[in-house]
Amino acid sequence: MSGQNPLLEVRHLRVEFPTRRGTLVALDDVSFTISAGEVLGVVGESGAGKSMTGAAIIGLLEPPGRIAAGEIRLDGTRIDNLRYEDMRRIRGKDIGAIFQDPLTTLNPLYTVGRQLAETMTTHLPITPAEARKRAIGWLDLVGIPAAAQRIDSYPHEFSGGMRQRVVIALALCAEPRLIVADEPTTALDVSIQAQIIALLKSLAREKGTAMMLVTHDMGVIAETADRVAVMYAGRIAEIGPVRNVVKQASHPYTVGLMGSIPPLDRRVERLAQIDGAMPRLSAIPKGCAYNPRCPKAFARCSQDRPELLPAGATQAACWLYAGEGAGNG
Amino acid sequence: MFAFIISRILQALPVMLTVALISFAMFAYVGDPVAIMLGQDFTEAQRQALVKDLGLDQPFWVQFGTFLGNAVQGEFGLSYRLSRPVSDLIAERAPATLELAFTAAFLALLIGVPLGVYTGLYRNSWASRFFLTFSLVGVSLPTFLIGILLILVFAVWLGVLPSFGRGDTVKLGWWSTGYLTWTGIKALVLPSITLGLFQLTLIMRLVRAEMLEVLRADYIKFARARGLPNRAVHFGHALKNTLVPVITIVGLQLGAIIAFAIVTETVFQWPGMGLLFIQSVNQADIPVMAAYLLLISALFVTINLIVDLLYYAVDPRLRIGRGQGAH
Amino acid sequence: MAATLRRFFDSDLWWSFTRSPVTMLSALVALICILGALLAPWLAPHNPFDLASLNLLDAFKPPSWAEEGERAYLLGTDDQGRDVLSAIMYGARVSLLVGLSATVFATTLGVTLGLLAGYLGGKLDALLMRICDVQLTFPSILVALLIDGVVRAALPREVHDQIALFVVIFAIGISEWPKFARTVRGSTMVERNKEYVQAARVIGVAPPRIMLSHVLPNVMGPVLVIATLNLGLAILSEATLSFLGVGVPATQPSLGTLIRIGNDFLFSGEWWITIFPGITLIAMVLSVNLLGDWLRDALNPKLR
Repeated sequence: MSGQNPLLEVRHLRVEFPTRRGTLVALDDVSFTISAGEVLGVVGESGAGKSMTGAAIIGLLEPPGRIAAGEIRLDGTRIDNLRYEDMRRIRGKDIGAIFQDPLTTLNPLYTVGRQLAETMTTHLPITPAEARKRAIGWLDLVGIPAAAQRIDSYPHEFSGGMRQRVVIALALCAEPRLIVADEPTTALDVSIQAQIIALLKSLAREKGTAMMLVTHDMGVIAETADRVAVMYAGRIAEIGPVRNVVKQASHPYTVGLMGSIPPLDRRVERLAQIDGAMPRLSAIPKGCAYNPRCPKAFARCSQDRPELLPAGATQAACWLYAGEGAGNG
Repeated sequence: MFAFIISRILQALPVMLTVALISFAMFAYVGDPVAIMLGQDFTEAQRQALVKDLGLDQPFWVQFGTFLGNAVQGEFGLSYRLSRPVSDLIAERAPATLELAFTAAFLALLIGVPLGVYTGLYRNSWASRFFLTFSLVGVSLPTFLIGILLILVFAVWLGVLPSFGRGDTVKLGWWSTGYLTWTGIKALVLPSITLGLFQLTLIMRLVRAEMLEVLRADYIKFARARGLPNRAVHFGHALKNTLVPVITIVGLQLGAIIAFAIVTETVFQWPGMGLLFIQSVNQADIPVMAAYLLLISALFVTINLIVDLLYYAVDPRLRIGRGQGAH
Repeated sequence: MAATLRRFFDSDLWWSFTRSPVTMLSALVALICILGALLAPWLAPHNPFDLASLNLLDAFKPPSWAEEGERAYLLGTDDQGRDVLSAIMYGARVSLLVGLSATVFATTLGVTLGLLAGYLGGKLDALLMRICDVQLTFPSILVALLIDGVVRAALPREVHDQIALFVVIFAIGISEWPKFARTVRGSTMVERNKEYVQAARVIGVAPPRIMLSHVLPNVMGPVLVIATLNLGLAILSEATLSFLGVGVPATQPSLGTLIRIGNDFLFSGEWWITIFPGITLIAMVLSVNLLGDWLRDALNPKLR
């Protein structure tokens, strides 16, 4: 999509979970790229595989989950097959992470300053004194008032929104080039959400950090992302510039998603919804995973699985866009 | 902080009073102290005299008050069985029990905590599996059986360690210690292992369970996501969070050790308070039972208080009494 | 019936059971112990209580594989010529009986009081929890010893001997009820606020009925685990009390009593009188503990 070499490349990623009832495929042939400084939103329903993708990228898949196939490359180098110790050096330093619940993400027994300093001294060649100074700077940057005093406070002395700011500081303090943010605002009050998103956005722009923003909230995506990937049942259904995906969706699922957002400017009798539910991982339909619910499905959809095909300004995994192959019945 | 201590002490008082009441009730209503003390034949006049002497004709609350007053001064009356002041008996035997309990607790902690941490961190190694099996067996073995087995192996078959008594002791003031003589230390080995083994396995399993629980927490995941080395994650973040709840249990275990000393002292004929207690249960020697009960509960309450204070000192979340941080 | 059986064998519980050879082994051992104990009067080669059948000349015979042993006395005899194996079977009977009864008693008492405290709340709850708190400060063995000692002192010797068995069961049961009460109370309070309970109350179902048929089934899971783990503890407690001489009466010796008797002969070399009852005790408690461990892991939703 963009001219430069991408910062992050995910190619044909497949994540499996061996269970006693057989192997579940949580991510099936997922491919996308993120360029330097770009914000990629990843949306989808619960269970679509968004968080799993993030976990796979930072190498913290919960066992027995494992990467069964595919590659993840950071700046051209493969990172999915590194040993734990090598991946550890990349975590925090090159790829930062932000998790969902600020109330449990911080260690309650250590001060905020200590957790910040520790992260910095692990990855950067600075002294503890210097780390402490920078920690105060970071707290200031993320909008914590009276940073010099609060640096020795414990997490429980901050509110939820403040704690998430600290988490953001922690994710950024080793100066990574990519951030994986997994539902960073879902657990916060609506009024705080806006502040946090604005903060993330401005910091990312300022430092030139790329971001993979995972969420189920389309509003956040529309506000923050450059491109967006829509996930369904462990696969990408559609991916493209955010504006195009939102306004002129190509994939029937995306169309359904956008259509189900209640409009604020007029009254509606009933809320639109997509019939049915996303299939469980143990029962993914043959062919296109969406075909049982799709109003535009035809014969081929239940036979062959579609790859991402160009569809206007976006790419959609849908046989409607297979050029001459469209409409087989 | 001060308020915390005061409130804790105030909470402990009703417990102590309840125990005192039960002790006293045992004293007053179970069995007939007069008959026991006077033996088989006695005249009515002798009986009346003794009743008056013991204050048994006073109303219940007066007797209870006297009992409490005496108890606080360490005066518990005479043992039915041995006709000696109970306080003397206890003072004589306390050092033996306390030394034994302390040694056992020390062993249990010294070995139990590191083993628990190890088996929590390295769940699937052979060593871990071995220790876990060993701990399961340890929890299933009654203390007295451990003692018997140890005696069988080390005293009967190998003949290297004594199987009863304290060895030679040295008197320091009113305390007599076995730590300062070679025979005293040798005599301590088997009993303290017996007493400590159960606690050791308990502590090990507890620390392990806590460790596993903590390692699943979000903040550990976040620490890893920040690329912190394993050493920092395990021993910096995880260990500290693990030990906080462990403190409480360990403190309570100290009380259990002193109680289980009863069994160990019986097996090894260790001249401590436990042996005294069991002999008095067997012979229905109420004053000794009541005094032991009162003392033990005072000890437990004190231990609980100290544990609470430790908890307070270690967990910063408890220090902020009211009000949260700013927005 | 067939459908229920089929569902059981298809369930996660059975699967995790068959996956673990240790668990299956311990279930087998426990079964052997239970059967041996239950069927002792029919299975035991000798009757150690029949004074007429005892022959003092047979006293102190070592186990049958030793030099002076005899086939008739597989594990040897004690000082009165009693067959150790038979004594163990009868002793295991008493140990199991006391352990099971005490656990059932503690479970029933604890669950009932826990349900009441959790559901009714208020002063009853405060009072019961206070009692639990006070009792939990003391190790259960001490509580059991105390109750036993008090009853022993309160009753004349003959009366006490007759009811000694019940006293021990009662003492051990009383020392264990707080654990159950605490857990059930917590679960009940959680369930009480759930919608299905609210719905039942709105319809007008009487509180006892709500507690029994709605709340109780939902809190039974953890209770089952605690009960199994407690069984081992109860058996050990009884053994300890009997070993100390304040447990079951001499006419109904348990494994603990046997160990105590045999202890006197340890130094003179007749080790089998105390060691074999000891091994039996360990096997019983170990298998029960292993089963309890497996049950706890299998029923723990977080580990699935």
